[in-house]
Amino acid sequence: MSRYRKIFNRIFTSIFLVVLLSINNQSLAADGAALFKANCASCHKIDKDFTGPALKGWKDRVPAGDWIYKWIENPAAQNDPYATTLKAKWKPVVMTAFTNLKKDDVDAILKYVDDWAPETTTAPPGGEPATDNSLLFGILTLILALIAFILLQVNSNLRKLSDEKEGVLRTEPVPAYKNKTYLMAGILLLFAVGGYFTINGAIGMGRMQNYQPVQPIFYSHQVHAGTNQISCLYCHGGAQDSKQASIPSVNTCMNCHKSISKYEGPDKLVREDGTAVDGTAEIEKLYAYAGWNSATKTYNPDKNNDGNPDGAKPIEWVKIHNLPDHVYFNHSQHVKVGKQNCQTCHGNIQQMPEVYQFSNLSMGWCVNCHRDTKVDFYDKENKTGNKYYSIYEKFHKDLKSGKMDSVTVEKIGGTECQKCHY
Amino acid sequence: MSKKKYWQSFGELNQTQSFQESANKEFKEELLPLEDLDDKGILDAKTPRRDFLKYLGFSTAAAAVAASCEVPVRKAVPFLNKPQSVIPGIANYYASTYVNGGDTISVVVKQRDGRPIKIEGNELSTITNGGTTAQAQASVLDLYDNTRLRYPMQKDGKGFKEVTGFDAFDKMVEAAVAGKSFALLTATVNSPTTLAIIKEFIDKHPGSRHVQYDAVSYSGMLLANEACYGKKAIPSYHFDKAKVIVSLGADFLGTWLSPAEFNNQYSQNRKIKGEKPELSKHFQFESMISLTGSNADDRYTHKPSETGAVALALLAKLGGAVTAPSLADSKLTKGIETAAAALVASKGAALVVCGSNDANIQVIVNAINEAIGANGTTINWAITSNYKNGIDADMAKLVDDMNSGAVGAVLINGVNPAYSYSDSKKFKDALAKVVSVSFNGTMDETTELCKYILPSHHWLESWGDAEPKTGYFSLLQPTINPLFKTRAFQTSLIKWSAAAGSLVNDYETYFKTYWSAKLGSLDLWEKALQDGVVEPATMPVGGGAFSGAKVAEAAAAVAAAKGGAVEVVLYQKVSIGDGAQANNPWLQELPDPVSKVTWDNYAMMSPAMAKSLLGLDVMNQEGGKQSDYEVHPEKPVVKITVNGKSVELPVIVLPGMNAATIALAVGYGRESADKETTSVNIGRSAVGAGKNVYPLVSFNGTNSYSSVATVEKTGAMYPLAQTQVHGFTESRPVIYETNLKSFTANPEAVLEKITEEKLAITANDSKDFVKDATIYPDFDKPGIKWGMSIDLNTCTGCSACVVACTAENNVSIVGKMQVQRAHEMHWLRIDRYFTFNSDNHEDVDVVFQPMLCQHCDNAPCENVCPVAATNHSTEGLNQMTYNRCIGTRYCANNCPYKVRRFNWLDYTGADSFPDNQNPMIGEYMDESVLQMNDDLTRMVLNPDVTVRSRGVIEKCSFCVQRLQETKLEAKKQQDPTMVRNVKTACMQACPTHAISFGNVNDKESDVYKIRNVDQKHRAFYVMEQLHVLPNVSYLAKVRNTDRHIGVEEEKGGEAKKEEKAHA
Repeated sequence: MSRYRKIFNRIFTSIFLVVLLSINNQSLAADGAALFKANCASCHKIDKDFTGPALKGWKDRVPAGDWIYKWIENPAAQNDPYATTLKAKWKPVVMTAFTNLKKDDVDAILKYVDDWAPETTTAPPGGEPATDNSLLFGILTLILALIAFILLQVNSNLRKLSDEKEGVLRTEPVPAYKNKTYLMAGILLLFAVGGYFTINGAIGMGRMQNYQPVQPIFYSHQVHAGTNQISCLYCHGGAQDSKQASIPSVNTCMNCHKSISKYEGPDKLVREDGTAVDGTAEIEKLYAYAGWNSATKTYNPDKNNDGNPDGAKPIEWVKIHNLPDHVYFNHSQHVKVGKQNCQTCHGNIQQMPEVYQFSNLSMGWCVNCHRDTKVDFYDKENKTGNKYYSIYEKFHKDLKSGKMDSVTVEKIGGTECQKCHY
Repeated sequence: MSKKKYWQSFGELNQTQSFQESANKEFKEELLPLEDLDDKGILDAKTPRRDFLKYLGFSTAAAAVAASCEVPVRKAVPFLNKPQSVIPGIANYYASTYVNGGDTISVVVKQRDGRPIKIEGNELSTITNGGTTAQAQASVLDLYDNTRLRYPMQKDGKGFKEVTGFDAFDKMVEAAVAGKSFALLTATVNSPTTLAIIKEFIDKHPGSRHVQYDAVSYSGMLLANEACYGKKAIPSYHFDKAKVIVSLGADFLGTWLSPAEFNNQYSQNRKIKGEKPELSKHFQFESMISLTGSNADDRYTHKPSETGAVALALLAKLGGAVTAPSLADSKLTKGIETAAAALVASKGAALVVCGSNDANIQVIVNAINEAIGANGTTINWAITSNYKNGIDADMAKLVDDMNSGAVGAVLINGVNPAYSYSDSKKFKDALAKVVSVSFNGTMDETTELCKYILPSHHWLESWGDAEPKTGYFSLLQPTINPLFKTRAFQTSLIKWSAAAGSLVNDYETYFKTYWSAKLGSLDLWEKALQDGVVEPATMPVGGGAFSGAKVAEAAAAVAAAKGGAVEVVLYQKVSIGDGAQANNPWLQELPDPVSKVTWDNYAMMSPAMAKSLLGLDVMNQEGGKQSDYEVHPEKPVVKITVNGKSVELPVIVLPGMNAATIALAVGYGRESADKETTSVNIGRSAVGAGKNVYPLVSFNGTNSYSSVATVEKTGAMYPLAQTQVHGFTESRPVIYETNLKSFTANPEAVLEKITEEKLAITANDSKDFVKDATIYPDFDKPGIKWGMSIDLNTCTGCSACVVACTAENNVSIVGKMQVQRAHEMHWLRIDRYFTFNSDNHEDVDVVFQPMLCQHCDNAPCENVCPVAATNHSTEGLNQMTYNRCIGTRYCANNCPYKVRRFNWLDYTGADSFPDNQNPMIGEYMDESVLQMNDDLTRMVLNPDVTVRSRGVIEKCSFCVQRLQETKLEAKKQQDPTMVRNVKTACMQACPTHAISFGNVNDKESDVYKIRNVDQKHRAFYVMEQLHVLPNVSYLAKVRNTDRHIGVEEEKGGEAKKEEKAHA
């Protein structure tokens, strides 16, 4: 399975890259697309109703003028007739206020919405899946070894013939399977190969690349982060603040699922073993955990006074990404300071119906990335980059004099033991 | 090199043979649990080669089987409904107040994922200025103490049974006490709301009374102040305003009244500032060697019975109309004269404090303070202190009334008289005659005798307030939901006194209503809760009206005091205090700053007394006996008898003790009525730790903590776990010290020798010691270079940093048996050095030197590690990587500072198999180690720091988790100046701000300025001539004394010699 997955991954990566590139080409709407994904996509779709109304054709519906800006800035405060009907229609959900969005941002989003067209199915990727050459090399090695062995035998026979011809008397040559040189060479070879696999196996102990456990709820990242374009940070907000990205609490799920009670998405939900999944039934499971009555659209009463609806209980997800206890890893360091994409370590999570561990999370894997990745180094002249790094005076000098061309994580101590082990 | 010798033990002083032998064996392998290995080599050993191979094979196979087992499935369970203030992995900080009896310190509680894990001082409090004490630091562990009571109980035959609900409990108690008169027995209460609730309760139940009882009482002071100033109160002291401080046995830096506050004040005048620095001058007259005495500039000893005579002599010298009894000791008399002269010279900026609980002596001290103009300047009657209110006579009367039946019911909160009362038998008998309700949190000696138990919350679970000084409030807020079925003591009182249908029937509502009314609005209340303190903008200072009417009477009484050949003085240790926190293993394992003993109390006596009583001649190099005394943990036991009550304790010989005095610490020897249940009820750390010496307290109007005694040898031996004998300096100089006069005259002189020595070993006539005194290259520190500076002048040895380090870094507790084997794990220790300050080799000065990993840039430990488990970072940190360490201990061996610690055994339970530790218990480990591995206790662990397993070395990391956190925040905010906010745990805990830490590459950082600008003449590195290039610098100690010290002493000595030659 895992081999196929590798192939799939590569295909998906190519698709993703193609999509990314094509998005980048539409430079006009690029800004709007990013803003839309970060702020709106968790509740709005462009072409159909979701937690909030479909945005396509907004111009024809909303009052003219700057109503739309006021509404986005503070929906709760708007009491004009259209706002009232809108609120009534989508009760009990009220749109969040977006005070951080400037007029330009709103314009960019609206432009993106207007320009949006349904995606045509992407052409299958042209690139051949890369092949593994190790088998070829192995066969070659074997053939060469065989030839060497035959040549050695030929040599030995020839010498024997020449000796006989010259009348030199020699003892009968030892057959190959009793020859100590061959035996020793064989043992050494076995030892080396065996040792290689043993050590590799030992090093790999406890690593769980491709670990894909069955979760209590069939939650599809493909549906949420892929098709519906919900920002990763909407649910995993801890990733920008804390060491843990953290799994969202049930109330976060219910922000949207109070109104989305049926799965009607385009993606077919299929388990790894091929069985189909009833999305609506999975949402019902969520309701059971949340203590939500989907018939009355209310939470169960809190009769036992524990502060939560009766019957509600937290979801026990199976943890996929496990680091050993002696490793300190901080998400915010990588997401906020290092500005890494989630996909760098987690793979194309937006295309995974069921999440599996994409990277092997080994120390070598971490260290290699730290060696290559450049930090957002402060440029004193242009005043760009992270000002924190202005303290590295030596590097500034070296950069200026051309001794260094860039500063990697390793250069600022990113491969030292006590950056991750303490 | 200075000829002045600093020594840690008598063996080191005299270089005895057994000392040298023990010094050569750093790891003391003969004490390890490796009894099968002997010197004969592996083939002839009891475990021969075949067995060895069998074990090897078995363990390899077992490891393979264990390791290839399936990886466990781990669950990640998010919140059902995430509170907005909580982000998993991010700590929240809440202001609260540490209260223990009357002790009050404003603190900030670090709460991580809902669990309080660390206590820090509240910098908004002008009383403590962010300082803490060892006890406050350790109190977070008390929250997770597994001896805490978990539900309300009632007596049932010999044991107790659970009462199912609070309402049922209320009804039961109501029925039991109907018609009886109440007595409320509490520790000192300085909470305004609690006092109001108590008053309402008393008003509701006429004939009842409230008795405050302090295990270690200050009623002598309270009564004397009532006699002199008409107020039964304790004023505020201002050590920061005093140029001359005379303490008559008051251990104000260790345990007296409010040590965190006084450390902060005291250090203000102990810092070297500017060109012409001024220091306060501190005289100490005492019987034992206390922490405060160790810090004094000049120190004199006397018998405890002479305290009054010393005070009288001082008053007489200051012109008081009293005649002082004559004192035999001429040195003491001279000391009193010097002190009196200094006091007169600094009239209006001088302060005399006295630790005695004798009202008459305190009256004399009041008269002294009046004579030196302290009233209204260094003693502030405008703001009184509310730390201790207990009056001994009230308690005595209560016990009598309970016995006679005048009091029918007793409600006990936060006190343990069955253990700490001087006549505990009488109290226990009295308790049996009344209806008794205990609100104590654990099944202590008193609670187990009560009929009803309703455990109250721990302070970290409580709402509340405190008023440590009049007008200065400090608020408590809960930082965790109550762990057990407990109820606030105040709620019970409210419920038991409220009128039917009352709206307010719990303390939380009462507290909130009270404070929002008092402050004016809910917003102000919330602000106050956030700040933790409500204080006036400026502190009013004023004097009290003094009446000297009682002075003559007191003088007569004091002069009549009779002494004996041997006297006993009782004191509190900075760790255990009055014994309330006896089950706190962090405090039990904290070495006493002066004696360096852990886990026990003992009889401290002078070398002279040890010689005459036990034949131990520790001052003499010859003879084997004295050196054995120090090298082996077993100490001779003596029997001390006071008023017919006797106690047997092992002896610790300390220089600086008065020759006729034995000092004993209270707070030890906790024991349940049934000895067998002590470890369950009182705790696994308290059991077997020392003996109770409270019975030696005598009562004659007030409690007396010193008495005439007889002492005799018993011939028995008892092991004491002492840490001082473990680390050695090999006679290298580690302390630089001078006196103020010579420092002002020539600041460079104090470090002259070492500077010369460094230049001498620098090659090529270069002045660059760092680069040119080594063959190793100099590595860049391009961004940050961490550095620490510790001021030996302001470090008082209070040990708050040691506990803070333990709490922050998950440092394990090893138990008494392992400390005896020198296996303690403290990352930060405080080395105590003695040095003779007179030619007769009797009087000593004491220097404290906090010692932690020095993070050497040219570290000897790094070069010898075969697996590179310890190496250097570009930020100057000496990094220790536990998961790479294979435990060769070469690094520990090669460390000149002896700061590396090895996990000899599985102290933390971190090894994979459960019950690994159990076979070791009793033989090699104490039960207290298991106590720290309980599920409940482990909640205190800091999740950002690895819990180390057996077989690895560990050491101070400069709190690297905090450095990383600060750097991350600075990177997120894109502001490099935020790096200056970094604080290590020890630095943050320090009440005197003796520790500075920061980025040395940053010229604006404190530590850069201290080393290169402000204190450049005092900054030295320990053993820097070894060219290990430490990153911890120390500031040389400057004493304000006329005696010659350090460099000057040598020069003085040479001059004397010359004089002699001329003559």
